[in-house]
Amino acid sequence: MSDFPHTPPKQSWTFSNDVNAEIRRAAATGIYDIRGGGSKRRLPHFDDLLFLGASISRYPLEGYREKCATDVWLGTRFAKNPIHLDIPVTIAGMSFGALSGPAKEALGRGASAAGTSTTTGDGGMTEEERGHSKTLVYQYLPSRYGMNPDDLRRCDAIEVVVGQGAKPGGGGMLLGQKISDRVANMRNLPKGIDQRSACRHPDWTGPDDLEIKILELREITNWEKPIYIKIGGARPYYDTALAVKAGADVVVLDGMQGGTAATQDVFIENVGMPILACIPQAVKALQDLGMHRKVQLIVSGGIRSGADVAKAMALGADAVAIGTAALIALGDNDPALEAEYNKLGTTAGAYDDWHEGKDPAGITTQDPALFSRFDPVLGGRRLKNYLKVMTLEAQTIARACGKNHLHNLEPEDLCALTIEGAAMAGVPLAGTNWIPGRNGF
Amino acid sequence: MQTFDLEAEGLRALNSSLHALKGATNMTAWEVINPKGAHAIAAGVDAPVDITVRGSTGYYCAGMNKQATIRIKGSAGPGVAENMMSGTVIIDGDASQYAGATGRGGLLVIKGNASSRCGISMKGIDIVVHGNIGHMSCFMAQSGTMVVLGDAGDALGDSLYEARLFVRGSVKSLGADCIEKEMRPEHLALLADLLKRGEADGKARPEEFKRYGSARKLYNFNIDNAEAY
Repeated sequence: MSDFPHTPPKQSWTFSNDVNAEIRRAAATGIYDIRGGGSKRRLPHFDDLLFLGASISRYPLEGYREKCATDVWLGTRFAKNPIHLDIPVTIAGMSFGALSGPAKEALGRGASAAGTSTTTGDGGMTEEERGHSKTLVYQYLPSRYGMNPDDLRRCDAIEVVVGQGAKPGGGGMLLGQKISDRVANMRNLPKGIDQRSACRHPDWTGPDDLEIKILELREITNWEKPIYIKIGGARPYYDTALAVKAGADVVVLDGMQGGTAATQDVFIENVGMPILACIPQAVKALQDLGMHRKVQLIVSGGIRSGADVAKAMALGADAVAIGTAALIALGDNDPALEAEYNKLGTTAGAYDDWHEGKDPAGITTQDPALFSRFDPVLGGRRLKNYLKVMTLEAQTIARACGKNHLHNLEPEDLCALTIEGAAMAGVPLAGTNWIPGRNGF
Repeated sequence: MQTFDLEAEGLRALNSSLHALKGATNMTAWEVINPKGAHAIAAGVDAPVDITVRGSTGYYCAGMNKQATIRIKGSAGPGVAENMMSGTVIIDGDASQYAGATGRGGLLVIKGNASSRCGISMKGIDIVVHGNIGHMSCFMAQSGTMVVLGDAGDALGDSLYEARLFVRGSVKSLGADCIEKEMRPEHLALLADLLKRGEADGKARPEEFKRYGSARKLYNFNIDNAEAY
């Protein structure tokens, strides 16, 4: 044995334990990792921004006495019947199939009680959701599962889904474990197969076709419904401009933190951009076209709190959408279920194998024994509470910035804690006048 | 017969009038003149009426049709009868790409040729094409029946689910998981019925067709089939 001291064991940053575990998993199974949720990376996000608040030069509003409005109109450009929501926090599209029927019901209950909308997903419209949603947005997806003109006419808005933040350029996936009789019937598929949704729409290609597709949808629905176009965070400036050109009433922009029911981990973590980088680009496109506030912008992907809502709106969004946060409010990944998560080889907060249909919370499953555990009335109440809290938080910040409506928040109210955040958001680095990338610096 | 001059009265007026027919109506026959390639003609109709379009149409003619019989006395642009629910659409000429895309029911008859992606993602519709169909037709087709009296282009039935495909002529290539299958008596009977309803019973006999369907090897992921994905 040498008398010299040994070099202490040192783990590689490049080949970390997580990386090595994935290499071993891939070697053992021969298949890429599939999971639900959005990016788990540490990304530049709203946490990198701060509000400045009022000062001598800015006049605050009294927190409990002076009004700070929260309502939003969506679809005012062309639709005969635009949507009016009490709060600017909407529920993002999540499919029946990915979610259980009771979970969809809870989303409708909670959203309606809070005065906002919910959205269907890649499996068609369920009675649970329509029946409990005062305002329901109907997604028009490449797969067209469950698509029919009757549901198109009984929705309140139509969302043409071009992309999704978790997987811009990718289609959907619902593995056989969740293709129950009911899901199979709604999707015209055999029970138990791995369902793959197309990544492109079957009957249009490019913005010129999309414009004609939107004409068709408007004709079928008597020009009544607002038409949203949902894009993933890929090329937000150009995609927003093209969506406007195609005739959108509303653009929905989803960053890479936005969740999915199931897709490849490599896709989730390596394709697309964080929402912070996307919003200013989309707003710029709208401003350049003279359409900011005329075509409304809804942003999603990692919205968690009223602070996130306020920051998104200060950057120019008209409203936000939540998906993952809504599921957590319903009870997903609750530490109270830790023992059951442990049996699945995971832990509360990290559970993301939603595609396996074994969710002990009864939310991302089609197993009757599991989804019957979930109480849609209680779930709806929890979601309503959460939405109300987010709204109160956003109002608190807006009043502190002297705004009597959330829409009056503006980039001038913000500064950034990091150079990356400042560059992406287009606001000054805290304590400086420096906006990286502006004026050649 | 109600005659509607599309050029003079406009698309919105036409579709509003046709949508107003939902439910009981005495106006069972409509004629649309001067279509001049307009888009979304007779889209979203939900009534058992006969509509004849005298000329060629643009995109999405008869889109999402329910119950109506729509005859196009010309050729049809992309996405004709897309997502049709029921009823019948008959095109005297050719059809552009995506004809009958995602159709869930009813019958689409194309008396000329159909371009690429005919019957893409079909979900229950029956399609009879008197001529040829282009590449990637019946991609991800889920259910329903495609009958082609002529030839099929590349990658027929790629990633096919449970749709039934019958082709009388040549198939340039089959897509992933699409194979030729045995023709049984029930298939001959199905073909005879569709040829008759598709106004093609004097043009071909069921025995002249080959049947194609899903090998069902891609229904659940198997690493041994990775080259097909």
